[in-house]
Amino acid sequence: MTNSFGEFKNAKLFFLIGTNMTEAHPVASYFVKQALNKGAKLIVVDPRNHALARKADIFAQVKVGTDVALLNGIMYTLLEENLYNKDFVEANCTNFEELRTAVMQYPPDKAAAISGVTEETIREMARMMASVKPGMLCYTLGLTEHTSGTNNVISVANLQMLLGNLGVESGGVNPLRGQNNVQGACDMGALPGTFSGYQSVTNPEIRAKFAQAWSVENLPEKPGLMMPDMMSGLITKDVRGFFIMGENLAGSEPNISHAEFELASAEFLVCCDIFMTETTRFAHVILPSASWAESEGTYTNSERRISRVRKIKEAPGLSKPGWWIIKEIAKRMGHDWGSNSAQEIWDNEISTLTPLVAGVKYARLKQDGLQWPCPTLDHPGTKFLHKGGKFTRGQGLFKGIDWTPPAEIEDKEFPFMLSTGRRLVHYHTRTQTARAGLDQMAPEETVDISPDDANTLGIADSEYVRVSSRRGSVKVKARITEEVPHGLVWMAFHFREGNANWLTNNAGDTTTKTPEYKACAVKIEKIK
Amino acid sequence: MSKNIFIDGKPITFEDGKTVLQVARENGLYIPTLCYHARTGPASMCRVCVVEVEGMRGLQTSCSLTPSDGMKIQTASQRVLDARKAVVNLLLANGNHDCLSCEVNGACELQDAAYHLGIETPAFFVKEYDERDASAAFIIRDPNKCILCGRCIVGCNGQVVNEVLEFGYRDSHTKVICDADLPMGLSTCVQCGECVQLCPVGAFIEKKAVGKARRWETHTVRTTCPYCGVGCQLELHVKGEQIVRVTGVEGAEPNQGHLCVKGRYGYDFIYSDDRIKTPLIREANGFREASWDEALDLVATKFQQIKQEYGPNALAGVSSARSINEDSYYMQRLFREVVGTNNIDHCARV
Repeated sequence: MTNSFGEFKNAKLFFLIGTNMTEAHPVASYFVKQALNKGAKLIVVDPRNHALARKADIFAQVKVGTDVALLNGIMYTLLEENLYNKDFVEANCTNFEELRTAVMQYPPDKAAAISGVTEETIREMARMMASVKPGMLCYTLGLTEHTSGTNNVISVANLQMLLGNLGVESGGVNPLRGQNNVQGACDMGALPGTFSGYQSVTNPEIRAKFAQAWSVENLPEKPGLMMPDMMSGLITKDVRGFFIMGENLAGSEPNISHAEFELASAEFLVCCDIFMTETTRFAHVILPSASWAESEGTYTNSERRISRVRKIKEAPGLSKPGWWIIKEIAKRMGHDWGSNSAQEIWDNEISTLTPLVAGVKYARLKQDGLQWPCPTLDHPGTKFLHKGGKFTRGQGLFKGIDWTPPAEIEDKEFPFMLSTGRRLVHYHTRTQTARAGLDQMAPEETVDISPDDANTLGIADSEYVRVSSRRGSVKVKARITEEVPHGLVWMAFHFREGNANWLTNNAGDTTTKTPEYKACAVKIEKIK
Repeated sequence: MSKNIFIDGKPITFEDGKTVLQVARENGLYIPTLCYHARTGPASMCRVCVVEVEGMRGLQTSCSLTPSDGMKIQTASQRVLDARKAVVNLLLANGNHDCLSCEVNGACELQDAAYHLGIETPAFFVKEYDERDASAAFIIRDPNKCILCGRCIVGCNGQVVNEVLEFGYRDSHTKVICDADLPMGLSTCVQCGECVQLCPVGAFIEKKAVGKARRWETHTVRTTCPYCGVGCQLELHVKGEQIVRVTGVEGAEPNQGHLCVKGRYGYDFIYSDDRIKTPLIREANGFREASWDEALDLVATKFQQIKQEYGPNALAGVSSARSINEDSYYMQRLFREVVGTNNIDHCARV
């Protein structure tokens, strides 16, 4: 997030696209609703008429996978009606002409035809955003889990730059991160192209710095494989040894049958986890780790805030903290690392090698922690980025984006679009929530279907139906709800039985390889 | 120039924008409150915070009283104490305040008020008792302990804006209801527990905490929620190794005391009997237990073998977006430094 949760309460306008905060980020949704009660405006763009959509001033019920066309339609209106922030664009952005050329291909009538949102609504959204400033734009996986995910994200950045809503309090482009420490895992360099703090592996000076700190001659310069390619490499034998730390890929990857085939093909699979999962079935070695309340450490949240995690009990049996396990493997491969606690790892290694968090030490992580960038020991941390329109790369770069449809769309045989996500009371594959009594509030998976479609198919509420895609088929209860429109069905991936990922498509975004969880074609059949 | 009020004869400097209650509290003075909470604000309903102000007619509720320069305030005059006693006695009569087994014993604001006013036995008994509502997954409602302060209602409608709780019925039949007076478990309540956190008495309690510990047996540890990317700050109330309850840290960024159902009630997976407790090595007929030495030696040997035979890029690692920063840092260090590959990723793209 460029901005912070604390800024929600004073925001004047929210533009929420592909985010159902009420269920996936409930506490963030409270702040949105508090601002609405104080008079803030709300625009929601989503295929589902979810709880916040029902509170919106403008709700654009967009067809799955058409966000770029819709966003271009909004920007067309801003340009055509001269509503964009010329001062901000001239002072802080470049490549405006490329954007204009691309956007001009999407007059609102064309954007409306693609997205299913009316021309008038598209124009109204543009006018409202131009007249109420600043506006906070938030998105979640509804925007990114598409073959066009990167393009979707560039498009929302284009929109906020065009409006001049960056570098100001209660503005910005704000992706709400799904998992507690997905931000931290990125920040720490668990990415194929960057060391901690987004320092590139292709930069020889950066490599030399880390090589010196780690006492090795050199470090690999070629960016590594992204996860989907690691998985397929297990079949081609390009990858032979695979180490999975605390992830249940056999439930959370798209196209489960295929994912399980990949895992089963591993020559040597090591899993480090707190529970046996669908994934550990394929492991050759399982290493027991300490859980959330059994080790000291830090998480970094969506707003870049580094907060402490504290130990209240010993881990059961022989379980050990993750860092200890990794350190022991390194030692047995001939590398003896000095740090002996999470604090020593942070204070002596991470913060000394990572300018982004150079000013963060455990001694400073009291109370509310610190938000990066925090480059020096006396730096108070950063509440919002790009202050005064100053971007990391200098000027904000516009990029003209063309709309592309999802990899798989409805056809005669598979006439419904399936989109997926998370429900309030569960978390991912339920390794945690199933063991904390939350099943009593949601005991099984459902396929959410519109009253219209249920009626046509002769399906009653809570009746078991069969949902099938080109990749798999599940038996699951129907939940009839007006949240989903005609032609769309929606499922989550919390339960092994009826998991949406038996059906989802592993086609991925070309840049990030993020799979298209949000769009695939399915058919629904009554069980006779 | 600084402005002063006089509380029980003592001059105290105050800033504009604060109430007499806030000024008193900041100066360490005890004035009982029930309907007031820092987040729900003054409601002036319970009247237990009343004070006497020179020159003003009638007792004033300090939670909503704006101080003015030179104001003279009595917080413990006989008139004030009598009024408070009457209020507390009536509240005690209007329910079943059985402190013996109450979960909130020791952390109850009504009990505190009674204690400070020296009420040993309630003065009246009039009320018929209502049924407790244990229909919801995680929250028990006990209308017999409710003092109708309205904090839960402001919390539910104004703070988390889930819009479930409201006052229902009239006069002496007034009570807090869910939706159109449904049992909580059948209502639209999503069990965020805001009402539990704001309740000054034991009218909303955590089912999971019942019988686990008295309030004074627990200590609190601040930590970060293990679920979504909001990163809510939690206070774990711990007895021995057991988490008894979880509350949101009041005034903390980013959550300002709020939580959701997972953060507040989803903690006990750590105590599950099916935790993996030893390293395991796969054999032909399943997994067998192993020592750390054996398991780690096996991993290191196999990794070395693969590296030597097929090169470092034949190894790959996925770090955890659930685990701490330090673990992810060490995962990428392992693969980059020790294995010699950049094949390190995590599920950010999923």
